[in-house]
Amino acid sequence: MTNSIDEIEYTDLILATGTNTTENHPVIGAKIKRAVKQQGAKLIVIDPRKIDLVKYADIWLCQKPGTDVAVFNGMMNVIISEGLEAKEYIVERTEGFDALKTTVAKYTPEYVEKISGVPAEDLRKAARLYAGAKSASILYAMGITQHISGTDNVKSIANLSMICGNVGIEGGGVNPLRGQNNVQGACDMGGLPNVYPAYQQVANEDARKKFETAWGAILSPKPGLTLMEMMAAAGSGAVKALYIMGENPLLSDPDLHHVKKELQNLELLVVQDIFMTETAEIADVVLPVASFAEKDGTFSNTERRVQRVRKAIEPPGEAITDWEAICGISNKFGYPMHYSSAKEIFEEVATVTPSYAGITYKRIDKEGIQWPCPTSDHKGTKFLHKDRFSRGLGLFSAIEFIEPNEWPDKEYPLILTTGRVLYHYHTGTMTTRAQGPSERCPESLVEINPADADRLGISDGQMVKVTSRRGFVEAKAQITDKSTKGTIFMNFHFAAAPVNLLTNPALDPTGKIPELKVCAVKLAAA
Amino acid sequence: MEKKITVTIDGQEISAKPGQTILECARSLGIYIPTLCHYQNTTNVGACRVCVVEVENARSLVASCCMPVSPGMVIRTDTPAVRAAQKMIVELLWSSGDHNCLTCEQNGQCELQNLVYWLKIDQPRFKIEPPGHALDDSNTMIHRDLNKCVLCGRCIRACNEIQVNEVLDFAQRGSYAKVGPAFDADYIDSACVFCGECLQVCPTGAITFKQAKFGGRPWELNKVRTTCTYCGVGCQMDLYTKDNQIVKVSGNREYGQPNDGSLCVKGRFGMDFVSHPDRLKKPLIRYKKNEDFKEASWDEAFSFIADKLNAIKKDHGSDAIAGLASARVTNEENYLFQKFFRAAVGTNNVDHCARL
Repeated sequence: MTNSIDEIEYTDLILATGTNTTENHPVIGAKIKRAVKQQGAKLIVIDPRKIDLVKYADIWLCQKPGTDVAVFNGMMNVIISEGLEAKEYIVERTEGFDALKTTVAKYTPEYVEKISGVPAEDLRKAARLYAGAKSASILYAMGITQHISGTDNVKSIANLSMICGNVGIEGGGVNPLRGQNNVQGACDMGGLPNVYPAYQQVANEDARKKFETAWGAILSPKPGLTLMEMMAAAGSGAVKALYIMGENPLLSDPDLHHVKKELQNLELLVVQDIFMTETAEIADVVLPVASFAEKDGTFSNTERRVQRVRKAIEPPGEAITDWEAICGISNKFGYPMHYSSAKEIFEEVATVTPSYAGITYKRIDKEGIQWPCPTSDHKGTKFLHKDRFSRGLGLFSAIEFIEPNEWPDKEYPLILTTGRVLYHYHTGTMTTRAQGPSERCPESLVEINPADADRLGISDGQMVKVTSRRGFVEAKAQITDKSTKGTIFMNFHFAAAPVNLLTNPALDPTGKIPELKVCAVKLAAA
Repeated sequence: MEKKITVTIDGQEISAKPGQTILECARSLGIYIPTLCHYQNTTNVGACRVCVVEVENARSLVASCCMPVSPGMVIRTDTPAVRAAQKMIVELLWSSGDHNCLTCEQNGQCELQNLVYWLKIDQPRFKIEPPGHALDDSNTMIHRDLNKCVLCGRCIRACNEIQVNEVLDFAQRGSYAKVGPAFDADYIDSACVFCGECLQVCPTGAITFKQAKFGGRPWELNKVRTTCTYCGVGCQMDLYTKDNQIVKVSGNREYGQPNDGSLCVKGRFGMDFVSHPDRLKKPLIRYKKNEDFKEASWDEAFSFIADKLNAIKKDHGSDAIAGLASARVTNEENYLFQKFFRAAVGTNNVDHCARL
């Protein structure tokens, strides 16, 4: 997030798109509802599903899945043609506006209606409302990113935010809500193929030299493979060994049949986890590790706040912490790693990670600090890009709408979109083993609009078969107007109905993120 | 400059902002006024009247939680009239419920119990007549015994004003009055999303953490502050443990950002996975493809992995090895993981499921 969670409650307008916040980030969801009900904030929801937040929205734009760029371009078309943009801000703080203006010119509300199904008049209202707010925060999540146009979608959001001068101000910003507790931290720490900690490029010679000195090793200048590329390389034999720490790609990745074959082709698959996950079952070595409650350390949340994790109990059996396991392997491998505590590792992190340099366990004992925090007397950063963008000027990107990789046709007439539900989390390894959440939500459901159900003769609670070009799954139907006509929704929590057998592995060319939010399916009674 | 108002509380002068309540001013002076229905950052309703004080020239005792200060106000918090009124209120609350501390999970942290003790009440002067409400034992997360409810309305305000789930409200009138979801439904049959904010704010044993029942007395539990392991909000929470088990989970308003003490159903009621029997306890090695796993020592496991990795590196180069870091584990662990691949193995083949 460019801005902070706290600011959401006290801003003038919230635009929530591709985030089912009350289910996936319930505590932020409550803040949005408080902002609307108690602070008088306006709320625009842009989402193909009638999520809970729609109840609180001033305007709901229900776009056809995968048409986000068209909708954002349409909003900017209205804002520019009506002269509502932040002219001074655009001149002083940004570049590339003219190209953007030229591109969005053809995205008139009527043209956008044809692509997205969003009524032209609603689009105009939303654009005016957004442009009229003193500070407006855009919140988004995987509904925006898990498309072949994921990067384009995010850039479009940044465009919209910048043409109204909302980046670099309190209560504004471009705010991705991170789905996993430490996805921010995993990125910050260099858990990515092209960057070291703090996003220092592996291809940059200065950065590489710095880390070669710090780590006492020769480092490769060649950016590595992304997750989806690793899987493909495992399939082709280019990658022979894969070490997986705390991930379950055999339930979370698209086109699972394929992923399983690829993983089985490896010479060595090491899985380090707290449970025997679907992926661990096909591993060569399984390492038992401590859960979050059994270790010390830090997580970095979605607003860049580095917070302490504290050990409350001992791990079961012979389980040890993930970091102890890594050290154990590294020591035998021939690269000694000796640390006495998580704190000692964090101290090393701070020396090579400029944005974390001023953070110590002592400083974050009572309250976490938001990076960048470059020095020990720096208070941390509540919102980014104040007065100046990290790159200098904010860069507009002129972006054309492209269709999703797979669109409904005669044979597969419905769109399947996927996500989480309130009571479960990701691949369900934790929540399906928790009594309460499982009691409230014991199984996967296929959410179907009443009109579609009627047409297909499907009744509530009936088993249905959902088929895509890649496979099929069976689950119970739930008839609900939360799904709009022509689009069904399934979650990916349950191994019994692994929806990622159906999803499309087509990737965004830049972000390499698969298009999990749109694929074509057919539906029938099972 | 905002105008300041000077008032006197128990002989101490204080300069207050217009709109501040007597309670807020007293607390800033360190003067204790008991409360029950008051809950910070929610509407002051003045329902319980436990916070009454004497104000000079006022016709009656006033509820300090609701009464804004006015210039020259002279307030006394510990007069015989104040104490007599507080005792009366607490005795009425006591006698109109089934406040049996012997079996109550809140024993030791019950605000009604604390008030009885603080006011030095031996016995209520009224006959104890519990209302006889049926228990809501309908689910595995939240237990409700409305016979222990003092109708303070904190759960209602928590549900409507803090979490904005809009499930709870008062129903019925007079001595039949009760709190609950629409149509007197049990939680499991209502629109409740089990955030558990109601049980966190309940001052008595009316709404409690079901799975913590008989899990340990409040004073036997060890409290550890940590960060939730579910989504990216990073809620600050207290894990209450006993005998190496998590007994219950609570939010804590004192911790402030990012969640101000609120949690969701996963954070509060989704932690039993930690002690689930399915947890992995020993390293497992499959020495040959298609064989079963065999239990191994850590030393064997480390050697097995290191030897294979070294052999693959030698035969096929560093880039034939790849690793998936994790959005689930700590910064320290992710840091070491990528350091291992980059510095030890010699490849940048490190990614994680940020994209999934």
